[in-house]
Amino acid sequence: MTDVGTLALLTMLGAVVGLDFVSFPQAMLSRPLVSATLAGLLCGDAGSGLLVGILLECFALETMPFGASRYPEWGPASVAAGAMAALQHGDAVPNARIVPFAVLAGLACAFLGGQTLVWLRHFNLRVAGRYRDELVAGNAAAVLAVQWTGLVVDFGRAGAVTAAFVLVLEPARTVLAGALHAGADAIAVVVVSTIAVGVAGAAVWKVVHTAKGYQWWLLAGGLAGSAMAVLR
Amino acid sequence: MSAAPTLPWGTWLRVFVRLFAVQGSYNYEVMIGNGIAFAAEPAFRLLPGGRDGPAYQAAMARHSRYFNAHPYLAALAVGALVRAELDGEDAVRTERFRTACCGPLGAAGDRLVWAGWLPFCSALALLAYGVGVSAAGVVALFVGTYNVGHVALRAWGLRAGYREGLKIAAALGSPVLRQGPLHVARGVALVSGLALPLVLHRTSDGHPFSFGLELACAAGLAGVLARWQGRIDGLRVGVLLLVVFLLYSVVR
Repeated sequence: MTDVGTLALLTMLGAVVGLDFVSFPQAMLSRPLVSATLAGLLCGDAGSGLLVGILLECFALETMPFGASRYPEWGPASVAAGAMAALQHGDAVPNARIVPFAVLAGLACAFLGGQTLVWLRHFNLRVAGRYRDELVAGNAAAVLAVQWTGLVVDFGRAGAVTAAFVLVLEPARTVLAGALHAGADAIAVVVVSTIAVGVAGAAVWKVVHTAKGYQWWLLAGGLAGSAMAVLR
Repeated sequence: MSAAPTLPWGTWLRVFVRLFAVQGSYNYEVMIGNGIAFAAEPAFRLLPGGRDGPAYQAAMARHSRYFNAHPYLAALAVGALVRAELDGEDAVRTERFRTACCGPLGAAGDRLVWAGWLPFCSALALLAYGVGVSAAGVVALFVGTYNVGHVALRAWGLRAGYREGLKIAAALGSPVLRQGPLHVARGVALVSGLALPLVLHRTSDGHPFSFGLELACAAGLAGVLARWQGRIDGLRVGVLLLVVFLLYSVVR
């Protein structure tokens, strides 16, 4: 099991990146490639955290936080996924074998985390309703109270969500690690990265296809990237 | 329009820092309205009568109502609203401005940031990973590059909004907002094209399959998802494929 100290650090990291996602300061610390790498670092293996973060980042390109639309919350989910990939259990299971589980867990947790954001917004609405008369009267203390309550509750929400994800996923990881076929090690990362890159490719097309001449830029980049990969 | 009254540095700084928390009480009724009042509040203290004056309270009441815009470009609105209040603009005109600027500020920010700068910086980080940069390097490159644009946009918005007041149409016509998204989209296309094959190559280093096969599978999946965009969701398809693979790994 994760020791209390590591769990506390992961919870704190999840709270910070969860707050960053919408409330403060939106510096994109909540992006998977940042959150999962930092979680991996806290668990002693930044490389595994980065690998899962990069794969989740490919999926995250598919979702844009436009307006009041509902979208997955990547921060706490990526912290949990990065931790699952990086934790060492002494069970001699190579981390590569666990990568598909970590990525899938990250995606599932991102959807669940997104739902808690909806609940937070309803909670914020109830808080604002409690101060309705003061806000209409232009009471600055009420404005500050509503704002600070939202920030503090979001911080706590993100921390609690992260801790819950880690505590639920860790036993599942242990059970699954034992059940996974040993021969799956080599192919595990290949399959996940092929799926992730495919999803990212479609996401990029969605973003750029309205720009004049986009296909030439995409083609030039794709050819150059493929050539570089082959020559490495 | 008269010259903008000079704001003390401390006031600028307080407003600027609070702008980063403009979505702190985001909800489905007033959206970021409370955040707008929260961010502008340090400047409203300069209104006649100070914090206890009727002008201050009236301004706080006006600006904690419904408002929605892209969070970064909300800086433009906050700057303009602070200027309007300090200039003693007519309340009805200010209210009309608030209503009118939501749509343009939302659309411009979404195109420039969420569908432009963010995917560009992500692609840049993926490229760095693909060429073998360390974990610290990838994270530093992403966070550093993204936030140069992020902080600069908020700072520019606040200054331009305060300078132009309710006439921010000129600021919205800035080349950065008009032409920026097109150039950034081309950059996203180029850098993503470069990055994705390299990511695939690095993540599957040492496996027994050919790189060409993986690339063809990824391109095929991307093509299918792009072709049926709107009917199938890439994220859900990805989850489904991962579940199938994980089950296969367990039962075989």
